[in-house]
Amino acid sequence: MKGLPPPAGGLALLRHWVVRRLALAVVVVLGAASAAFAGLWLAPGDPVQLIVGSHEVTPEVAARVRDDLGLDEPLVVQYGRFLGRLLSGDLGHSYQASRPVADVLGDQAAATVELALAGFLLALLGAVLLAVATAGRRPWLRRASSAVELVLGSTPAFWAGIVLLTLFSFRWQLFPAVDGGGLDGLVLPAVTLALPMLGVFAQVLRESMERSLEEPYALSARARGSGETALRLRHSLRHTLVPLLTLSGWTVGSLLSGAVVVETVFSRQGIGRITASAISARDLPVVTGVVVVSAVVFTVVNLLVDVGYAIADPRLKESLR
Amino acid sequence: MSVPALVPSRTPRTARPAVAALATLRRIPLGPLLAWAVLVLLAVAALTPGLLAPQPPNAVDPVNALAPPGSEHLLGTDQLGRDVYSRLVHGTRDSLVVGLGATGLALGAGALLGVLAATARAVVDEVLMRLTDILLAFPGLLLALLVIALLGPGTGHATLAIGLSMLPGFVRLARAQALLVGRADYVHHAVGFGQPRWTARLRHVVPNALPPLVVFATLSIAGAVIAGASLSFLGLGPQPPDPEWGAMLAEGRGQFEDAWALALGPGVAVLLTAAALTVVGRDLQRRLEGRHGHGRR
Repeated sequence: MKGLPPPAGGLALLRHWVVRRLALAVVVVLGAASAAFAGLWLAPGDPVQLIVGSHEVTPEVAARVRDDLGLDEPLVVQYGRFLGRLLSGDLGHSYQASRPVADVLGDQAAATVELALAGFLLALLGAVLLAVATAGRRPWLRRASSAVELVLGSTPAFWAGIVLLTLFSFRWQLFPAVDGGGLDGLVLPAVTLALPMLGVFAQVLRESMERSLEEPYALSARARGSGETALRLRHSLRHTLVPLLTLSGWTVGSLLSGAVVVETVFSRQGIGRITASAISARDLPVVTGVVVVSAVVFTVVNLLVDVGYAIADPRLKESLR
Repeated sequence: MSVPALVPSRTPRTARPAVAALATLRRIPLGPLLAWAVLVLLAVAALTPGLLAPQPPNAVDPVNALAPPGSEHLLGTDQLGRDVYSRLVHGTRDSLVVGLGATGLALGAGALLGVLAATARAVVDEVLMRLTDILLAFPGLLLALLVIALLGPGTGHATLAIGLSMLPGFVRLARAQALLVGRADYVHHAVGFGQPRWTARLRHVVPNALPPLVVFATLSIAGAVIAGASLSFLGLGPQPPDPEWGAMLAEGRGQFEDAWALALGPGVAVLLTAAALTVVGRDLQRRLEGRHGHGRR
């Protein structure tokens, strides 16, 4: 994401690059937190009114709430306190649930992580199968495959979810319409989350596999009598998976925003559904909490991928020798 | 030594016109043609919906609620007895406005900021690019959701929110393009021949940096249309009773077993729009790469 590591110059340069990359990640996370603070501060409406809700507010109560929240302090102090609380894992207080945002998100995180993992694995598996079956094969197969990828990539997740739900839950009653906690309740949401991603993954994998099949090692494997499918599975696949790493940022993003839609469609527990309802209720601390947490997750994933890429790239090892 | 023709010519003279016709037929880009046809149809639906669907989209008729597709109502009616086909056609405008508006916003602002970053002093460049990095840290739709949480739902806010979440990509591409083109010989020559730097930028850098941006924008519209429909499905886009594809699906929830056209119509509309835009975008990309002589295929 952040440009390629230096082509030559050894370990010192690599370390310099990693340090710079780390510093950048800190800047980005700090920026995201500041944006969240600005959002809370700029939001129209009096936070006191939002917390107390429809009850009559006596001036004394209002003053006490303002004091509790530190709303009368200078802005710089409030900003400092906000960052300090973030560092200690305090994301603020939900207006709606009158509980700490961290607790609200903590309760829901497992369901969303489960959904995201299942969706990601399904998309990956489907894309690998599609790529192995169609990359470098007959023209009509490739054309059919790219048509499927186009349709999947153009399908809005909320609609796919509705269609699946209507057919498989209501009409044929194969899967529960409401998740009862079992594995069968996870199937439809995970498929819905996976479908649009599958389209993109399959396209990237197929093109990358077609390039790798023209490499000398493919020729030598064929010369040794390897079958076409074995060649793809045993030799080509591991080269093919590398470009997916550069997509990891995009993947995290689509999993998170996909979760908002999918959890709403399937009335599932999770951070996505909490986010959607917090937006409608203008429960800003929850929204900013979600945004800050996902910005941190996103930045850490990107950092790990970039650094892992720099360390794993054999061409870089070559230059370090 | 003459080699006798052992094998007669495979294609007899008479078959040639047919072969040639088949070859020509194959050369016609069927995908892009179809995609353009869909886009023209969408443009007509967005500009003059009454031409395609004379029935009013918001006319409530409770007696005929959830009527099946038929001659009176082409795709049946929804839970309030409103004509589904008419609402689909009339919903085109709002659905496209969010996608096109957001992309236009991102393209305009992104090109401006990107060229500024590439040509201004290093400090400005650094600040702009770090701000872009921060925007990039809000993955997927989350930035758009934050903006809507702040501003409240609505067509304009949804457009702004999606445009903002698309902005970083455009800024980066515009900056890279401006740097690339700014280094080209013809720009140096123009300056060397006495053209003022700003004139050179406007006359040579901008036109040559623009095509990849336009292709990127075309490819981005599909995603923006899907994002817009998703937001309005969540109730954060155009507000009822205005017909919009995502909102139609949200309103019709629970009725889909009785009225399949209500569930299929809006989804197919989004799917066709996004697919057509992607095909046209890829076609433009291929042509552009061909023109610069480094096509991938």
